[in-house]
Amino acid sequence: MLFEALTFQLGYNATLVALGAALLGISAGATGTFLFLRKRALVSDAISHATLPGIGLAFIVMVAFGGDGRNLAGLLLGSALSAGLGLLAVQWISARTRLGEDAAIGAVLSVFFGAGIVLLTVIQTMDSGRQAGLEGFLLGATAGMLLSDALVIAIGGAAALALVVLFRRPMTLAAFDPGYAVAQGMNLQRIDLATMGLALGVTIIGLKVVGLILIVALLIIPAVSARFWTDRSDRMVVLAGVFGGLSGYVGAAISASAPALPTGPLIVLVAAALFGASLLIAPGRGVLAALIRHVGYRRQVHLRQGLLTLAQGLPIYENYTLRLLTRAGLARPDGVATEAGRAEAAKALRDEARWAMARQLQAHEAASALYDGLRPIATVLTADEIAEIDARLGPPKQVTA
Amino acid sequence: MGADFVVLSLVPLLIGTLAAVACALPGNFLLLRRQALIGDAISHVVLPGIVVAFLITSSVNSWAMLLGAGAAAIVAVALIEGISRLGRIEPGAAMGVVFTAMFAGGVLLLEMSDTSAVHLDVEHALYGNLESLIWIEATGWASLTDPEALAGLPPELARIALAALGIAIFTWVLWRPLAMATFDEGFAQAQGIPTVALGLGLVIAAAVAAVAAFDAVGSIIVIAMFICPPAAARMMTDRLGHQVAWSLGFAVLSAVMGYVLAGYGPIWLGGNDAVSAAGMIATVSGAILGLTCLYGPKRRSDVSNINSSAKH
Repeated sequence: MLFEALTFQLGYNATLVALGAALLGISAGATGTFLFLRKRALVSDAISHATLPGIGLAFIVMVAFGGDGRNLAGLLLGSALSAGLGLLAVQWISARTRLGEDAAIGAVLSVFFGAGIVLLTVIQTMDSGRQAGLEGFLLGATAGMLLSDALVIAIGGAAALALVVLFRRPMTLAAFDPGYAVAQGMNLQRIDLATMGLALGVTIIGLKVVGLILIVALLIIPAVSARFWTDRSDRMVVLAGVFGGLSGYVGAAISASAPALPTGPLIVLVAAALFGASLLIAPGRGVLAALIRHVGYRRQVHLRQGLLTLAQGLPIYENYTLRLLTRAGLARPDGVATEAGRAEAAKALRDEARWAMARQLQAHEAASALYDGLRPIATVLTADEIAEIDARLGPPKQVTA
Repeated sequence: MGADFVVLSLVPLLIGTLAAVACALPGNFLLLRRQALIGDAISHVVLPGIVVAFLITSSVNSWAMLLGAGAAAIVAVALIEGISRLGRIEPGAAMGVVFTAMFAGGVLLLEMSDTSAVHLDVEHALYGNLESLIWIEATGWASLTDPEALAGLPPELARIALAALGIAIFTWVLWRPLAMATFDEGFAQAQGIPTVALGLGLVIAAAVAAVAAFDAVGSIIVIAMFICPPAAARMMTDRLGHQVAWSLGFAVLSAVMGYVLAGYGPIWLGGNDAVSAAGMIATVSGAILGLTCLYGPKRRSDVSNINSSAKH
């Protein structure tokens, strides 16, 4: 069933929804990267919760004018208006009062949500409201979605993606180097507004699929995951788009493959799994890479110190060092140096002596700052410079057993 | 204000008020420490904590839920810290990753497990069900002295009362170190105050408040209880003691006004069905915050205060 869902064999609607979710995920991931780099990630949490009263009011207004309250386009328009209001409220509170942006975000998201819940209970008491199904907007519900709704989502996702592609250059610049962007004559406020507007658009489109409570995850998690893989902002945008798209697509497919699996939480959990994998295996920033680096460093330190000990003609007693040296054939199991070990020890000793001399010479001041007790001096100085140091040091000492 | 009030409204009103008070107390310190969103994160992760505790013990035992939610809060804080350190990620974003993922896990577990026997469902978890906590055994005000009727009080009342009392004691006993660690962490450390443990204690107090308030208002609207009354109080005064007092006043006012408006407002307007009390409490607390943001004597940011006093 999952395989069928992943290969678009579950019918027209499910395919459209999966495609729409993938498009949505790509644009959410990319937009989220800009928000993340501007340190505004959680503002989108306020925006998304602020959509709820708009949905409720739109339903009431549409019914009052004799229309069908469930018209998705109308509901989304209402949600966009109240989300915009929420965004303005956050900005007004954090700019005009002593409250920080964090308090403004928390206050706006919970109060707008509360007001929305009040409206939902009002709608439940209306004759036309009992079957409204507006609760589906909380956590996303794609089961039993109308074809027109799926189309709205697919087209909306594509439009958001097109806007990301269109605005990628100014937004990347503003996110990566705000000072340079201003110097280039860009209006930072306008770019920020465009970024927030895009986030708002992604939120609105994602309401039906992911739901307003969890859509913020699709803006944050792919961007943070991408951060683990690269330091370059342009690559980060692409990677976040890929992660977001995968999350949307796989999550929607899993949800379509079994009844009663809510779409929003599944998409978020797929994104979280991708994040967990990034956290573990990403080169550079990942946990595994850090662990390998740490083990390698420890090994190097022990080898070097072991060789220097051998150079003093002393046996090795420390277990780990001894294991390293015997495995490399540099020492016997009783801790005494082998022939090869004596040669290596002499090299290490020579290296230390060269470093010590280099540190005394003003000409090598910059190079000697790189001394960390592990780096061979040959990686820092040229052969000629080393020859000059050797001339000052005299002939190398032999290490005797 | 007769028997109907005692049966239908007295207990929800008390629970709402106590929940607002229990949340406002730690909320004051979280707000001043610029950790308002920790309250947000905690209230979200309470859900998976409660669901997992329910799946393990298969009962809605309050202690198990409290433990589960407390553990979830600690796990969340540790994960946020770990992710932001390991990946050198901004804490706000790390928080966004952790609490949304944990909340999604909680919702999925809840949807997939059979919780129909107990009143634990997704909508309940999102916005609570204050109205359902009625006192069926009561017959009137006289029931307050009737031990048999008192035994029939909803257990949620005792739970939130205990939580509010515990949090009040926590705040009262640790007032000085909390205040010091909040305003000048370095100085507090120099004074030998274990600021890290204190911060964790604050997180746990907030988690306790969030769990106890969970039945009444669910895990989103509780954020309003954490943030709005203390934020509104901050617009009124510069002194911590006064701020906490104001916040308690605002908390009680929001809870009472919200409950009354939700229950009787529609009737006054000619309708006959009540609206969500939890939602209305959040709305009222937001209205209070809005008013104080517009007219509170200390609403301006500190910088503009200095500027304006320099001009005069």
